[in-house]
Amino acid sequence: MRSLGEAPVEEPLRRQGARAVERGVRVQSVTRAFTGRRASVVALEGMSLRAQPHEVVAVVGPSGCGKSTLLELVCGLQRPDAGRVEADPAVLMPQRDLLLPWLPALDNAALPLRARGTARREARELARPHFVRAGLDGFERSLPHELSGGMRQRVAFVRTLLAGKPVLALDEPFGALDALTRERMQDWLAGALEREPRTVVLVTHDVEEAVLLADRVVVMSSRPGRAVASFEVGGRRPRDRTDSEVVELRRAATQALR
Amino acid sequence: MVRARALLAPVLIALALLAAWELYARVGGVEDLILPAPTEVARALWEDRSLLWDNLRVTAGEVLLGLCVAALAGGALAIALHLSSAVRRAVYPLLVASQTVPIVIVAPLLVVWFGYDLAPKLAIVALICFFPIVVTMLDGLAGVDPELHKLMRTLDASRLRILRLVELPAALPSLFSGARIAVAVGVIGAVLAEQAGSSEGLGHLLLQATPQLETARAYAAVVALSAFAVILFTLLTVVERATLPWAHRARDRGEPS
Repeated sequence: MRSLGEAPVEEPLRRQGARAVERGVRVQSVTRAFTGRRASVVALEGMSLRAQPHEVVAVVGPSGCGKSTLLELVCGLQRPDAGRVEADPAVLMPQRDLLLPWLPALDNAALPLRARGTARREARELARPHFVRAGLDGFERSLPHELSGGMRQRVAFVRTLLAGKPVLALDEPFGALDALTRERMQDWLAGALEREPRTVVLVTHDVEEAVLLADRVVVMSSRPGRAVASFEVGGRRPRDRTDSEVVELRRAATQALR
Repeated sequence: MVRARALLAPVLIALALLAAWELYARVGGVEDLILPAPTEVARALWEDRSLLWDNLRVTAGEVLLGLCVAALAGGALAIALHLSSAVRRAVYPLLVASQTVPIVIVAPLLVVWFGYDLAPKLAIVALICFFPIVVTMLDGLAGVDPELHKLMRTLDASRLRILRLVELPAALPSLFSGARIAVAVGVIGAVLAEQAGSSEGLGHLLLQATPQLETARAYAAVVALSAFAVILFTLLTVVERATLPWAHRARDRGEPS
């Protein structure tokens, strides 16, 4: 457990399956402002968010409402100006896949292991099963520019999983994909999270994506961002886009956004 | 086929310039000693080929070795400057200032210090190649996407691992760019060094040819030097494309690499 209001404590590296008791994510009335040369911008004000262990919480909001700031706070990349952020160790999956263009796909997926000092060959072996399970079998040696957008995103997601952190902070993971690929990737992610349950904070501007993937959908106001509504989504994933419940929730969340 | 067509314009321009030169040298009544016609230069190239070749090998060796020294030392300094802002603040202004010292003045001094052999030439070529390599490499190291830094930090990567896994590979194309700039100035450096004190090399040959009234030979030496520089430049491009194919893909697509 890490408290970001205080001095940072070095977390011991966690291996998957060997976690201590998890406590999820707790963001309590956080304010975060950025001082520019001309004006200061209040990104978040009085923002609160709770994600129980293994709960998938989607955060939707208009662009510029401080969603990315929220994720960086959860990941410990920023400190709040006021309020508290308490979160299990989190890994960031940025908006762009940010695969290293010189590394073959499997090595890109294995990057978290190498970042912790595992030798290249061993890192590959450890990453391979996850890589294969993501449907990437046969593309181990492909360079990122040789992969399709959806495959690159899957490599990025395997990389995120292999970080071995209990919390995943996903920043519009499918925002850059075309509509068809995005739908397929949403279904795939829903399945992947069923197999590998994690605490997830998923930031998106796509309400349908939020309702399909999350246990709970939190709606944020425009800047300064804070939570204005929260919807529980029942039912097991994967859900169908045309479920009446999904459609109804989508309508309600969209209403709250306006 | 596209490449051949792309070469057409520069070849035509070069031919036109050579023709104008030839015409002026022959019809304009200029002394051969002052301005030899291109055909004279070509003849010198052929007749003095073994002399030119022997001296080109010496100069080429100095340039290549000096370039390697500069790449190693420049790469190491760029990493040091990149890792420590204190070092950067202290050393970077000195580095820039050092480039304003005229190498023509330094070259004879180095000959006095290091003697007549390879050492002063290496030192001068390396000195002159050092700067473009450090600057481009430093830009390459610092040019890594800040988002990637954030990602690596959430992956608990140490500063040195970020350097090794992300920043150094990302800076390799910049190192090649620096080396390509260094080739051109390095050739000039080698000639200057040889003229400051040497008994061989194309710089020495140039210095000898003029008082011996072998103007065509001097021009031929310049042609050999230029050809060497162009070949080395092209070779670096070819090696880069072969070893870092990703850099060109990313650049062609307009993605940040």
